[in-house]
Amino acid sequence: MIVADRKPIEEIIQQVEAHRNVLILGCNECVTVCEAGGKKEVGILASALRMYFINNGKDMRIDEITLERQCDHEYLEEIRDRIDRYDAVVSLACGVGVQFMAEKYLSKPVYPGVNTCFLGVTEKRGLWTERCQACGQCILANTAGICPISRCAKRILNGPCGGSTKGKCEVNKDLDCAWQLIVDRLKSLGRMDDYEKLFSIKDWSTDRAGGPRKVVREDVQI
Amino acid sequence: MRLSYPSSTKIIRVPCTGKVDILHILRAFEKGADGVYAVGCMEGDCHFNSGNFRARKRVEQAKKLLDTVGVGGERVQMFNLSSAEGPRFAEYAREMDQRIRELGPNPIKLAMKKAA
Ligand code: SF4
Ligand code: SF4
Repeated sequence: MIVADRKPIEEIIQQVEAHRNVLILGCNECVTVCEAGGKKEVGILASALRMYFINNGKDMRIDEITLERQCDHEYLEEIRDRIDRYDAVVSLACGVGVQFMAEKYLSKPVYPGVNTCFLGVTEKRGLWTERCQACGQCILANTAGICPISRCAKRILNGPCGGSTKGKCEVNKDLDCAWQLIVDRLKSLGRMDDYEKLFSIKDWSTDRAGGPRKVVREDVQI
Repeated sequence: MRLSYPSSTKIIRVPCTGKVDILHILRAFEKGADGVYAVGCMEGDCHFNSGNFRARKRVEQAKKLLDTVGVGGERVQMFNLSSAEGPRFAEYAREMDQRIRELGPNPIKLAMKKAA
């Protein structure tokens, strides 16, 4: 999923204080799971903002809606009949949702309510870690299912580098060396032969190096 | 035991303090409560293992948010006791009642009255 983290409420207060009618818009998917932008976080933020503005003598209307997703037309359309009641929206979806909201409702200021961090997993409640950088050419088949693009600080394809010490990365001693993990797992799969195969130069044009990307699937287009 | 405690205390029963969410605490203040406290079992004695620890964390989060929005984090507190300690329950109620009286009414309530 896309992992996001909450923005400090002070920052959100600054964003919205020039407005009068503000919609806090949550998303039921990724940001709900990482407890940053779901219905509950919408409720907490809206409640805190209402109290802040009442307390500061400012007449603000702050409403709450949480959509199934903010990265699909049909869900964002659900607020079309209500959007004119608001003069700004704080979207607690990831940056994708914030932007789709902004594209769809051109005249409505949209502010991000979370910091979008990475594609990752819930290791345990309250701990999310990165697993993928969406490089567009997945190589997990050859790396024992462990991604050196996202998990090796240097993104190297034929690792480990000389900085790997006792299974940890030289960038941070609490960080597992991705290549150590790869070697360990290749061993337990009995596939150390794979480790001998050199990776050729990766085509980075499908990563960000090629500019903004798109996936076109004519077979599913109508 | 027929203990008396301040009549300002309204009791909301929950199956475990782990049920108390930060949202419940915030809503209470939005609706005009002057203070909120959660009374959980002794730490380590939770029937559900960690309910009272969850509650404590949520109370701490609520404190921070209430400070930020100007309501004051000292209006919310977590207490622990064992279910056999009725007198202590009454004692906590008095302690909280006194603290809130010293702090005065919830500023949100006053601001809303002013705005009305
Ligand atoms: S808007 Fe972002 S957080 Fe919500 S479902 Fe789409 S990708 Fe996930
Ligand atoms: S190789 Fe690329 S697509 Fe595969 S997990 Fe790593 S970053 Fe993601």
